[in-house]
Amino acid sequence: MDLIVCIKQVPDTTEVKINPETNTLVREGVPSIINPFDENAIETALQLKEQHGGKVTVITMGPPQASEALRTAIAMGVDEVVLVSDRAFAGSDTWATSYTLAQTIKKLGNFDLILCGKQAIDGDTGQVGPGIAEWLNLPQITFAVKIEIKDKQARVERLLEEVNEVVEAPLPAVVSVVKQINEPRMPSLKGLMKAKKTEIKTLNAEAIAADIKNLGLKGSPTQVVRIFTPPPKGGGEILQGETAAIADNLISKLRERKIV
Amino acid sequence: MSIKVILDKCTGCTLCVKACPFNAITMVDRPTDAPGKSKKIAVIDLDACTLCKACIESCKFAAIEIELEKESSMDVSHFKGVWVFAEQREEKVQNVAYELLGEGRKLAADLKTELAAVLCGSEKIEEEVAQLFAYGADKVYLVTHPELKHYRTLPYSRALTELIRTHKPEIFLLGATTTGRDLAARLAIRVGAGLTADCTGLSIDPEKKILQQTRPAFGGNIMATIISPNNRPQMATVRPKVFRKSPKKEGAQGQLIKFKPVISEEDLTLKLLEIVKDESVKINLAEAEIVVSGGRGLGEAKNFKLIEELAGVIGGAVGASRATVDAGWISPHHQVGQTGKTVAPKLYIACGISGKIQHLVGMQNSDTIVAINKDPDAPIFKVATYGIVGDLFDYVPLLTKKLKELRG
Repeated sequence: MDLIVCIKQVPDTTEVKINPETNTLVREGVPSIINPFDENAIETALQLKEQHGGKVTVITMGPPQASEALRTAIAMGVDEVVLVSDRAFAGSDTWATSYTLAQTIKKLGNFDLILCGKQAIDGDTGQVGPGIAEWLNLPQITFAVKIEIKDKQARVERLLEEVNEVVEAPLPAVVSVVKQINEPRMPSLKGLMKAKKTEIKTLNAEAIAADIKNLGLKGSPTQVVRIFTPPPKGGGEILQGETAAIADNLISKLRERKIV
Repeated sequence: MSIKVILDKCTGCTLCVKACPFNAITMVDRPTDAPGKSKKIAVIDLDACTLCKACIESCKFAAIEIELEKESSMDVSHFKGVWVFAEQREEKVQNVAYELLGEGRKLAADLKTELAAVLCGSEKIEEEVAQLFAYGADKVYLVTHPELKHYRTLPYSRALTELIRTHKPEIFLLGATTTGRDLAARLAIRVGAGLTADCTGLSIDPEKKILQQTRPAFGGNIMATIISPNNRPQMATVRPKVFRKSPKKEGAQGQLIKFKPVISEEDLTLKLLEIVKDESVKINLAEAEIVVSGGRGLGEAKNFKLIEELAGVIGGAVGASRATVDAGWISPHHQVGQTGKTVAPKLYIACGISGKIQHLVGMQNSDTIVAINKDPDAPIFKVATYGIVGDLFDYVPLLTKKLKELRG
């Protein structure tokens, strides 16, 4: 079974810095990690490979330094990695990103299942997985919390608001996973050694036969026009006194507001 | 995107007129200055055309050309109206749809255009139409097909793509629910639209008349305003519980447009096998008027009982911080925050929750917030209406007891 996992390198901090001149995020100097949900996707792929055999290929689109995320994936035990990197990709929104990744997957050839994390923790859109599915004309199954493969069918439990839903779709398909699906493994020592030695295969826009007008800023329907930090909140009243008095005070305030 | 008739190739044979499912092609007299021989030529009405390509297939003279060019060159002037996706579950329209109608009304007023709701389902879903008019829709597109009873990506994408290409809205809003996000992401690629996820603010640029979409990014640390100037529809998923419904007008009337989509076999490969209910969900968290939430301060799974008891006494739903869900103390259906649910109840009681930004963005729109935490510097106190610096193990059982007595 050939598995492809799409991952994203994201900043490992909630301390976001903004360049006030360009109004863009400053990513330099911030330590980077694999998007946590994407680690769950890698783990899912590795477990499916353990059950069914096959090969796990991890791809990422990003600047050259995104190859570090791919080295981590190798250390976790994946078979192959591909970096898709070109200056033409800069400024891609989810439309252009999903196109670029889909083109890459077409280039790679055969696969049975494409896995993604449910969303990236920097953008929080969750749009790239379904986007890839649309470009490749495949079924998509989002928010997967359990997955079983049998007879070329994926049976997937989806984590929804109040309930879970079990669906079944023929392979190949695109599945995006939530955190609860598994506990990602730590990189092994052997894996780390291998990661260090591996030369990262890199594909550019030409290599994936991309249509230049679908790439980067030009290929992105959405444009960020302003980035700002939300105004800080002032905070309310801290109730003072003995425990019982505080409890009574709170209850009377809530009753005044006709809540309880 | 554009489609055109190549004048010197057109023979006026009318095959394309017959082939067009949308009556978008008519024959007119060939202008005297146009190249070619026949008396009549075909003209395509771009307002009616959905770019389905039926005419291209029918033409024996290769006289019709389509340019599916990306969309910086999309002609946006044919797109009119604000649409809201009326998400339904078990044949009930979800509250987020009414919230979107409330906000959509303002956008439609600023654009001097109409507000429409799009309702998909089986025939039975027509019963919900009156509600959509009552909450402010001028128009309801009723999209019915047996395969639309339960949400599934591909049949819904097929039906809505056809509807969008036929009726061309300038704005299409969906709730940022699991369904809305799954659907919008697919649709946006298919129709060539810009899509902004999980918006918390919407407005119209007064000069350019385009939609400005504001949303949290980086876990809520920053806000970004995003536009899709050259593509239509301008699509956004909108976080539930951020916008208010308009006051309900019982008996309000509007225009009902019935639409029967064509859904093909290839859209039906994914099968819905089973819905698994979560017994620990007693009250729908997103719709609850009171939410009592527990955090890491509970120390271990069994102490969620304290939260459940307090919630039980005041008729509240049980919420949880991400840390407790990650630790496996409670099911993910209870998670409040950036990667969980957004709630905005009348009362939110946060017990032993420090209040990281990722949690705050999921609950800070609540009317009244009570925070109980041992750490006086916990960020949760920044958003709390009433703060109690103390041990939740003292206060939660005490509040439960006192409120129980009060209720007799």
